[in-house]
Amino acid sequence: MTPARRQRLFLILLMIAGLGAAAALGLNAFQKNLLFFFTPSQVAAGEAPQDRPFRIGGLVEKGSLQRDGDSLTLRFIVTDKAKDVTVQYTGILPDLFREGQGIVARGTLTSDRVFVAEEVLAKHDENYMPPEAHDALKAAETLDTGSSK
Amino acid sequence: MTLLPEVGHFALILALCMALVQSILPLVGAARHIGNFVAIARPAAGLQVLFVVIAYACLTQSFIVSDFSVAYVAQNSNVDLPLMYRISGVWGAHEGSLLLWVLILSLWTGAVCLFSRSVPPVMAARVIAVMGLVSVGFLLFLLLTSNPFERLFPIPLSGRDLNPLLQDPGLAIHPPMLYVGYVGFSVAFAFAVAALMGGRLDSAWARWSRPWTLVAWVFLTVGIALGSWWAYYELGWGGWWFWDPVENASFMPWLAGTALIHSLAATENRGIFKAWTVLLAVFAFSLSLLGTFLVRSGVLTSVHAFATDPTRGVFILVFLGVVVGGSLLLYAWRAPRIRSLGGFSLVSREGGLLFNNVLLSVATATVLLGTLYPLVIDALGLGKVSVGPPYFNSVFIPITAPLALVLGIGAMARWRKDSLARLLTPLRWLALAAVAGAVALAASFYDLRWEAIAGIALGLWVTASTGFGIWRRVAGHGGLARVPLAFWGMSTAHLGVGVFAVGIALTSTFSAEEDVGLDPGTSHQMAGYTFRFDGVRDASGPNYTARAGTVTAFLGDRQVAVMHPQKRVYRVQRNPMTEAAIDAGLFRDLYVALGDPLNDKGSWSLRLYYKPFVRWIWLGALFMAFGGILSACDRRYRRVASRVRQGAQTTAAAGA
Repeated sequence: MTPARRQRLFLILLMIAGLGAAAALGLNAFQKNLLFFFTPSQVAAGEAPQDRPFRIGGLVEKGSLQRDGDSLTLRFIVTDKAKDVTVQYTGILPDLFREGQGIVARGTLTSDRVFVAEEVLAKHDENYMPPEAHDALKAAETLDTGSSK
Repeated sequence: MTLLPEVGHFALILALCMALVQSILPLVGAARHIGNFVAIARPAAGLQVLFVVIAYACLTQSFIVSDFSVAYVAQNSNVDLPLMYRISGVWGAHEGSLLLWVLILSLWTGAVCLFSRSVPPVMAARVIAVMGLVSVGFLLFLLLTSNPFERLFPIPLSGRDLNPLLQDPGLAIHPPMLYVGYVGFSVAFAFAVAALMGGRLDSAWARWSRPWTLVAWVFLTVGIALGSWWAYYELGWGGWWFWDPVENASFMPWLAGTALIHSLAATENRGIFKAWTVLLAVFAFSLSLLGTFLVRSGVLTSVHAFATDPTRGVFILVFLGVVVGGSLLLYAWRAPRIRSLGGFSLVSREGGLLFNNVLLSVATATVLLGTLYPLVIDALGLGKVSVGPPYFNSVFIPITAPLALVLGIGAMARWRKDSLARLLTPLRWLALAAVAGAVALAASFYDLRWEAIAGIALGLWVTASTGFGIWRRVAGHGGLARVPLAFWGMSTAHLGVGVFAVGIALTSTFSAEEDVGLDPGTSHQMAGYTFRFDGVRDASGPNYTARAGTVTAFLGDRQVAVMHPQKRVYRVQRNPMTEAAIDAGLFRDLYVALGDPLNDKGSWSLRLYYKPFVRWIWLGALFMAFGGILSACDRRYRRVASRVRQGAQTTAAAGA
């Protein structure tokens, strides 16, 4: 093997090793950090995991927003019009959070079925609803008409 | 009610006709050797530019005079809107921002027409024609699916106002900057495709294409930095990068573009990586188109997704398919003919550039995967997932860290062959100094976490090794005057990487953030600062009312800032908007956002941040951009142009 060939081989091996490492790294991080989305009905049916974070979406039930005294902890109910989930959040809600409108929240489910949110995202204008929240309502609607038949 | 909107609409149709002429005739002429057809490229492009400018001016005028008979104006403006936002409101939503896209594309085309006199006429005609084809696609898109001049009947008395988020100077100039960058890659793309068509891929081609790519890259860099800065102070979340799909949409072309300017350097100087450079030019522009598709088709589930019309999405997707598929086909047909000359040793400038390109391409691929995967899974009906920032951070940092490690060394290496001993021996002490500096900086925050030290050390290492490279070059080449501008450009941009890395390392490890509830007159301590809440009063602006808080910050007993965060309600859209108050400094920002009232006694929830060195992130980006400008101004790019001008002057003088 000529030195030039050996060098090219070395170069190619180096590149393959690099790409392999990057792919392994990427897929591993991917596995760990995928966040799944569940509707309140799915949460009620016990489909959501208890041990890892996920996202839920739906409408904030009118009149359900409660502040824990003067503290920053809030509770509200997220509904897809079929089932409800109580969400607890400590901190400042986004500007566009309002009762009766769509939100998406990221967090974990506690053993007493309260969803403790780390992040709450609200829709950002009159016409736009987070697609997940929209789909959650749609899914619950079809379920509803299906069972009433 | 004037006829301006119809004039604008008609001008767009004429522009489409001219774009067809501009693209078809020169291509036929170049293939069949018809001189007149080749010569038509410039005048046709000139007319196309003129018509697009007219159309754009018409829409702007409709915004300025608040002509609510135009649906787009009625939806995005209001008589109370300040003039500046009526002008920037043109690109406040889908239709107008596409018109801006088309305008910028034609301005780039115009610039290519003016500054490509040194390029052989057939090549220049092909470049202009390819840009014309892109114009055709976008003008069709605009006219068929997103006409900004659509009339509204009955005419509303008042407009729906511009989205309050967009009523901000930072965001007013963010989209134009970003678009100038995005669209600028169309020039690199056009040069690459034209070269493939002509079968002429040499270092002259890289030399023509490189300054254009650099300028586009500069604008994209500034645009992304502006967007990040805007998100920081306007969204009220205090972060500077969220790995939001819209951010990724602009970041992917930037990564590919960064790889492209580096591989163009190798192609220009050594005539190697030719095929790869062409491919990168195609990818950079394709990623720009993908970015437009992601943002403008409404497929995203993010705060930025404004548009929700599937026909538009399908159109851009098909367009994207034609551009990518077509150019890859052309590449597959022509690339086997491209031969790169000359070998090089692993330890050499070429080796460094190769390393840069491999890592940047992998980085682009990981961002692409993280951005598209949720969309694909959703489209296949396999459920809804999202890929959060932890994915991007845990993949991106290990990929880019080696890049920073090698950057200073690669930039110093000689072409063809160098020795590790020559490169590394003098750098030993600098490496030690970088680590020592990092430990000292971390110690000043009373926190010796290894991630922080590693990050800062990497940033300081980039800065130090680049600085050493400058010294070596200046000392070795007989003084400052003989160092070319391109070298200063490269070094400035690389210093920017160092500044940027130091900023990220410090901000991400030593920032403090707390949500607190405070009664008026009470204080909260965080990160050595005392924040005193002095209550909230009413305030108002031209088109909003607000509640304005007062927060006074102290360091020890010394008062350092009085801040007025606001909670605004815009009169027309009735949406609340948080306006954060920021006390900015080179070494730290204090940042206060107003939450909600907690009771009747005037207590409010507040979000407080302490952000050390956060400005360094944007400062680093500005360094990179400035470096790009310096490189693009290098003599060797101007020399050709001035020679042509002199030639023209001599002929003019002879004629007189």
